[in-house]
Amino acid sequence: MEAASPAIICGELRKRYVTRGQPPVDALVGLDLTVASGECFGLLGPNGAGKTTTIEILEGLLEPTSGDVQVLNMRWGDDDESLRQRIGISLQETRLADKLTVEETLRLFRSFYRNGCEPREILDAVSLFEKRHSRIDTLSGGQKQRLAVACALLGCPELLFLDEPTTGLDPQSRREIWDIIRRHRERGRTTLLTTHYMDEAERLCDRVAVVDLGKIIAVGSPSELIHRIGGEHVIQFGLKDHTPNALPDAKFFCDLPSVRNCNAELDGFQLTVGAPHECIPALVGRLSAHRLELTRLTTRHVSLEDVFVSLTGRRLTTEELADKAP
Amino acid sequence: MKRYSPNRELFLCRMRMFYREPDAVFWTYGFPVLLTIGLGVAFRTKPPDKVQVAIQDATALGDIQRTLQGDQAFQTFVGTRPQCESWLRKGEADIAVLYADGVEYRSDPTRPEAAIARLKVDEAIQRAAGRTDAVATKDVQVTAPGARYVDFLIPGLLGMNLMGGGLWGIGFVTVDMRIRKLLKRLVATPMHKRDFFLSLIGSRMVFTVPEVLLLLVTGRLLFNVAIEGNALNIAVVAGIGALSFAGLGLFLSSRARKIETISGLMNAVMLPMWIFSGIFFSSKRFPDLLQPFIQALPLTQLNNALRAVITDGASLMSQWMPLSILAAYGLVAFVLALRWFRWT
Repeated sequence: MEAASPAIICGELRKRYVTRGQPPVDALVGLDLTVASGECFGLLGPNGAGKTTTIEILEGLLEPTSGDVQVLNMRWGDDDESLRQRIGISLQETRLADKLTVEETLRLFRSFYRNGCEPREILDAVSLFEKRHSRIDTLSGGQKQRLAVACALLGCPELLFLDEPTTGLDPQSRREIWDIIRRHRERGRTTLLTTHYMDEAERLCDRVAVVDLGKIIAVGSPSELIHRIGGEHVIQFGLKDHTPNALPDAKFFCDLPSVRNCNAELDGFQLTVGAPHECIPALVGRLSAHRLELTRLTTRHVSLEDVFVSLTGRRLTTEELADKAP
Repeated sequence: MKRYSPNRELFLCRMRMFYREPDAVFWTYGFPVLLTIGLGVAFRTKPPDKVQVAIQDATALGDIQRTLQGDQAFQTFVGTRPQCESWLRKGEADIAVLYADGVEYRSDPTRPEAAIARLKVDEAIQRAAGRTDAVATKDVQVTAPGARYVDFLIPGLLGMNLMGGGLWGIGFVTVDMRIRKLLKRLVATPMHKRDFFLSLIGSRMVFTVPEVLLLLVTGRLLFNVAIEGNALNIAVVAGIGALSFAGLGLFLSSRARKIETISGLMNAVMLPMWIFSGIFFSSKRFPDLLQPFIQALPLTQLNNALRAVITDGASLMSQWMPLSILAAYGLVAFVLALRWFRWT
């Protein structure tokens, strides 16, 4: 059986923003992407990486400076009407009309689609049935976001675009959005979402593209990406700093058993290892031999966050995330 | 009927967004009526003011005092000479009648009412003393319907509201939707842009109906304002005016991305028309040099046409000129707005 053609193909996508009196900004510098039909695909990266620019070009809301875009085997500019009928979009931040009720908003968006889903079904799907007669300005942040996703689902889209669907939401609301996306995927439909939450991409996405500085630096399933950096576990530890025993260099630990990668961090060290049960005894032995004292020791599984750090040498800093918090 | 018609849903949503916003409803309907009532009361027609006369309490002025006190045209104060001079100085009396060697009228020629007061007082005193007219004359006094200030005011206020409603009602709402990224969200659906603009303009036209009716009914019931023209003619002129300003509102809002920008643009456009377009007083009072500019303002044309139709009962045909100018404004603005409209 021949595989279904990809839902999205784009090649050599470039976008340059020109503002008068300022140097031009290259938001995308040659981005290639293929999203298979039926998969949930995540664009992962820090703020300003080019995620939103990419998704808005794919949504036909932004013109690329150059590059080729094919969505559902069609092109923006030639097949806009039929593309719009077949895709659903939730923008990064839309404030729907405050004075309309949930149901009125859904009826409005439903009216634009020739063949769409029934607002009642969608209300159930996003658990807003009880709220259907409430005005939007009385909804919580999570409910508003679910309504935004509901508006994207009203056309029964083959392809769903969600730009940061859970940013700023509490954990419960995030899980509710994830359930909606999972159900969409279970019906064999495609989702492209952007996120800067590593755990979200890990739990939700079949495949992830790590975007940084306007291009994709790694693509694969979350587990592939994690395997790619070598180990499956991370050991983090700190040492007491007292003279005359100056703190060792990170390389000092690289030859311990099963260590794939060793980094010095601000307040300690991080080792990526294959077998923690071999590495930890050896580490403790070496520290006591050199009269170095442990202040802390933790182990955990490798996450996409570690993948990002190992690919870019940078962390998705907490400040960046704090900017987006409610 | 289709289950989901985009035109119907867009129109209904726009209506709901309006009438569920108490502020918008007040400024569109409540405020103009209050303004009409306030101005109508302030400038209501009153009987002519009485002449305020100070009379010295001299025995020689006894007959004059009785004559003036018995005449409805005068309000008299009797007092000592210094008292009379003081009343005059403070403006409490328009004229003082004093007695020294003979009867003396004292008044301040720089006060406009002084000359009339002097004439009236002298006329009453001389007539009482037996003077007769050398030429027989007859007075015919006429207050023409539609000539009062409130009759002038109501069509002007109507024009002002059609302007404000069109500019704010379309412009402000559009920019607000752009800021909310609601326009971007809508254009990300298969919605036809034409349907969107139609619903915006269509709902504005519907809001205009009660606006016009409320003002005219208030004017008629409270101030007995003369409405000579027939309803259809008034509706056509108001309709063309509303459409024209709706087009201008859409044009002003076609690019703006901030409320400050659109507010500034609106005020810049409306301010000259508030002053020059003959809302509160006739635009003919401005110098001839300014007239070409004043006549080119759409509100001047709308107010002219509204006054002609409402007060004079003029025909639509006679108003082809102002109506064409208004329609041209609306059309050009609308076409440019569609060309420049920014959805994101």
